[in-house]
Amino acid sequence: MAINPFKYLLIFVVSVLLQVLIFNNILIARVIAPFVYILFIVLLPFETPRSLLMVLALILGFTVDLFTNTPGVHASACVLIGFLRPVILNLITSRETLESVSNPRVSNMGFHWFATYVAFLVVTHHLFLFFIEAFTFDSFLLTILRVILSSVMSIVLIVLSQFLIFRN
Amino acid sequence: MKNLFKLIYRYHVFFVFILLETFSLSVAITNNNYQRATFFDSGNFLSGTLFEKFSSVTQIFEFKQVNLKMAEENIVLRSALHEMLLKSNRGNYRTSDSIYLPQIAKDSSQKAVYKFTTARVINNSINQQHNFITLNKGRRDGIKPDMGVIANGQVVGLVTNVSENFSTVISLLNSKWKISAKVKRNDYFGSLSWDGKDYRRVQLNEMPYHVPIQNGDTVVTTGYSSSFPEGLMIGTISEFTIGSGSNFYKIEVLLGADFKNLVIVGLVENKQLNEIKQLESLNKYGN
Repeated sequence: MAINPFKYLLIFVVSVLLQVLIFNNILIARVIAPFVYILFIVLLPFETPRSLLMVLALILGFTVDLFTNTPGVHASACVLIGFLRPVILNLITSRETLESVSNPRVSNMGFHWFATYVAFLVVTHHLFLFFIEAFTFDSFLLTILRVILSSVMSIVLIVLSQFLIFRN
Repeated sequence: MKNLFKLIYRYHVFFVFILLETFSLSVAITNNNYQRATFFDSGNFLSGTLFEKFSSVTQIFEFKQVNLKMAEENIVLRSALHEMLLKSNRGNYRTSDSIYLPQIAKDSSQKAVYKFTTARVINNSINQQHNFITLNKGRRDGIKPDMGVIANGQVVGLVTNVSENFSTVISLLNSKWKISAKVKRNDYFGSLSWDGKDYRRVQLNEMPYHVPIQNGDTVVTTGYSSSFPEGLMIGTISEFTIGSGSNFYKIEVLLGADFKNLVIVGLVENKQLNEIKQLESLNKYGN
């Protein structure tokens, strides 16, 4: 199956816009701040070469950094999950499935699989991001609380997006 | 040599990862100082224009409330002006007639040091450790770095970077920024910063515990930073404890400004800022 680059460009733009215009303004109960823009990395095809995946993740991260005055912070978190995504995929998916199915979607892979996959990526991303952002282990428990609660919200939003937009 | 290339090829994914991660992390660390944010600044053309367009739509709904607030502020200012006129004319003043205004301007020997302008907030965040605000005015409108930013007479932040049409402001809710502040009642001062935990509370540090303070005391600016006039409201003391093994209070200050709802802000320019900075820089060379 041929990959349509414009479709992924659109996903990139929509993910970034959703994040910087809407979700960056959200703060619930003083600790929950969702980061849903990694939706772009989540949806990239299985066969994306690993190096390309990391480069795309870097570009995505720097784009978000551009809007939040945090040079390198989102970029480094994105490169990390770009590197880990194939590892996670190999952990939770059989080789045959990866060869026969082209895209990680709820419709292709089932709800349970998709939620697990998103959870791995989101938790890794948030854990790294919140600690780099805080740049200290001082308020360790508070940062952990932030990571857990924000992750739950991000996972719900990303999985939900599969039923609202980007069904393909 | 051939083996080395083989090795690099075999593990090229890992090397690419190390390369990209090192690059982005070093960017993150070298730009850890808020003043050095240059290219990655929400006042740049791309994000500035985007925020401007988006906020002009979303803020339509907030303008009614903003109008009400400004009307209230007008009344407060008008009554303050009235009082000042009464005082300055030593009782000769009878009606609030505008004829008396030029006389006062002539009387005062002091030149106005602070100049005020306004701008619209086009982007703002409270949900990060290092929050910034983007304004719709820039160099072309006379905005300069180090201008103070206030909302309804309360401290909000400090202009850090200015582009042609936009400017970015480091918010008081940014753990990298500190400002000196004092307790209005007794003039004891400390340094005010944010611990990144609650967007409604900041912390007043370095206040020795022999100073008498109580809940509800007003905390105001000192004027030492020269970006803000003295006595500008910051908030009120909501809680204080003596840290164990420390000579200083841990003071929580409830912010006066509502950071979740900033639409129009005022900008304060100290016309003597350059002179003060020049003078103070002389001391640094002396060391």
